[in-house]
Amino acid sequence: MSTNSYASSHPAHHILSVLVQNRPGVLARVSGLFARRGYNIFSLAVAPTEDPMLSRITIVVDVESAPLEQVVKQLFKLVDVVKISELDPRRSVERELLMATVRVPAEDRAQVVELTNIFEGKILAVGVEAITVSLDGSPDKIDDFEELLRGYGIVELQRTGRVALPKLDKEARLKAVKHGKAS
Amino acid sequence: MTQKITGAQALIRALELENVDTIFGLPGGCILPAYDPLLDSPIRHILVRHEQGAGHMAEGYAHVTGRPGVAMVTSGPAATNMVTPLCDAFMDSIPMICITGQVPTTAIGTDAFQECDTVGITRSVTKHNELIMSADDIPLMVRQAFHIATTGRPGPVLLDLPKDVLQNSMTWHWPSDKEVLDSLPGYKPVSKGHPRMIKEAARMILDAKQPILYAGGGILKARAADALRELAELIDTPVVTTLMARGAFPDDHPLCLGMPGMHGNATAITAMQKSDLLITLGARFDDRITGKVATFAPDAKIIHVDIDPAEQGKVRRPDVPIVGDCRLVIEEIIKAIKDLLNGGEKQQDISAWKSRVSGWREQFPLYYPTNEPGEALKPQYCLEQLRDGAPEGTILCSGVGQHQMWSSQYWKFNEPYTWVNSGGLGTMGFSVPAAIGAKVGRPDRTVWAVDGDGCFQMTAQELVTASVERIPIKVAILNNSYLGMVRQWQEMFYEERYSEVYLSPELPDFVKWAESMGCIGIRVESPEEVQPAIEKANSIDDRSVVVEFRVDAGEKVFPMVPAGFSNDDVLLHPDQNNRREFLR
Repeated sequence: MSTNSYASSHPAHHILSVLVQNRPGVLARVSGLFARRGYNIFSLAVAPTEDPMLSRITIVVDVESAPLEQVVKQLFKLVDVVKISELDPRRSVERELLMATVRVPAEDRAQVVELTNIFEGKILAVGVEAITVSLDGSPDKIDDFEELLRGYGIVELQRTGRVALPKLDKEARLKAVKHGKAS
Repeated sequence: MTQKITGAQALIRALELENVDTIFGLPGGCILPAYDPLLDSPIRHILVRHEQGAGHMAEGYAHVTGRPGVAMVTSGPAATNMVTPLCDAFMDSIPMICITGQVPTTAIGTDAFQECDTVGITRSVTKHNELIMSADDIPLMVRQAFHIATTGRPGPVLLDLPKDVLQNSMTWHWPSDKEVLDSLPGYKPVSKGHPRMIKEAARMILDAKQPILYAGGGILKARAADALRELAELIDTPVVTTLMARGAFPDDHPLCLGMPGMHGNATAITAMQKSDLLITLGARFDDRITGKVATFAPDAKIIHVDIDPAEQGKVRRPDVPIVGDCRLVIEEIIKAIKDLLNGGEKQQDISAWKSRVSGWREQFPLYYPTNEPGEALKPQYCLEQLRDGAPEGTILCSGVGQHQMWSSQYWKFNEPYTWVNSGGLGTMGFSVPAAIGAKVGRPDRTVWAVDGDGCFQMTAQELVTASVERIPIKVAILNNSYLGMVRQWQEMFYEERYSEVYLSPELPDFVKWAESMGCIGIRVESPEEVQPAIEKANSIDDRSVVVEFRVDAGEKVFPMVPAGFSNDDVLLHPDQNNRREFLR
């Protein structure tokens, strides 16, 4: 059984943040470079950025660093790829969304609701014998929540794959504050 | 004044504005609209007999002219027939534009007649490809395609044009350079090398005791042959030219060691192995060059100049990586070396190294046992005679296999852009169509295609194209009635268990076949017939000539570094083996 644990402590995983032109076929080009080398993409999130001409693809991949360097160089050769950054999990902020429908009889429902509240998740829908909940947060937190939900019997589950941005370093944060005051 | 024209008219006009003088192609259903305005265009169209031929012709044209070759074919099977030449051009960094027809936009995805996912299929064998969904996009896409194919590391670009996009009317607009660059925010090839790296390279070159210049195909792509020569002479350092770089440095130059690699000569292989500095220029440490990577040139520091950043460190970690155009970088390195020398620095004395290298050259010339009267004809002898009889400036094309290696070994390439072959992909059948493309690109030159009997049977029908289109080439078939290189491996590594490598000496009858395609056919069976046949072939220039040489099937290509072997363990010709100790 596969585990979803790709928490930030996991040594082999890498997060690539790839800025691409928002055009048909770009995702196929990007994923093809991993596929032809036999690498599995662990998770993938794609959406337009603040500039609608560009999309950001966040790829989590389990590859050793040396072959990854070659893939990154090859990715950069794609005409539609504008920028690539590898995000160090310790120096980036990561978020993911989980939605799950849990089978739970009415008398036990309160336990799931409580669990969801503890994690600061949301109740999306309630049925007689099932409840759909969602949670967004760091991938570690999502892992824990999923693990606990499993005890109740998950009917359906969907995770988005992580999205990530580099953390502002202390200096940049302070600069931003100063700048904010000045303007 | 806005002018409405069809997408097809826009396509042809755009190709004219990109200075295309020739298209190699074959029409069909979906590309039909583009063939109508072609009738009114000054562009010459060469009608091939198989789409693969169009692709290799475009490659041959690009090889000898440096301008992108253009191939145009229809959808479905025509597009899949282009996959081999596209991959070939991609591996050897040949600038090429391929235009394919596609089913109408409304039919895409319905499994329509002659539909295939062309951009999907060709994605990994092109530098870039595009499905054009609107006639208005055609001029910009064509300009982008030529820009991408010819800049940075060159390569093939494919444009897929649905039939209705060709038929629809559009408002003509020819985009400016700025519009083209702005439309490609992710494409910024680096051409100028990093100044600090260049200085470091210059110093390292002066400090080296056993340097070798390792010149690859990038020298030719960057038009850097003159710069390479200036550098080699400035630092008085021997040069090896890879299979893709034959002609980039003249074979008759005293510093030229010729080809290294799996079938390179012992001197070139050993000089790289023993060097303390490999000045790598537009080469990529291919497995055919390095042999077993772990034992390749173990004491050498590496300067690696390549326009493609992904080549840096792909196989061998460089000590000084320089991303940039070979010509510009070499010129900068020359300048930096001169600055150091003018500042009083001295180059290390490399005379001991050079005399060691010349020792190897004396001991290990290319060798084959000469023809005894009545014995089978030696293929190497045929090539030497072809070389000696060839008019000045002859362009040599080859297929893939033993004949290719002998061509590279025995020819004397003294001029760049006179050698056309399929190096990376190793495409059998490349020779005849590539030679036709080369002759179209350089009609002033004699073009010889050296081919094997196996290769020739893959694409020979393009000689019909050559006859009809009046493109006279010369073909030398080295007929040993075997898939010779495979036979050689079975002999050497599979205990002479010959499996499916025997063709036939009599079938087909190459002379009759040549004649049926409008060529002159000549058969040569003994050494004394060789020279007269070549003379006759060289004297005919109004049609193509096919000379079939019936050669010794037992002849093998030496030296050889078998796959997975270290270059230290190069196999010499058995008659030279007693001198092995000199290879130290």
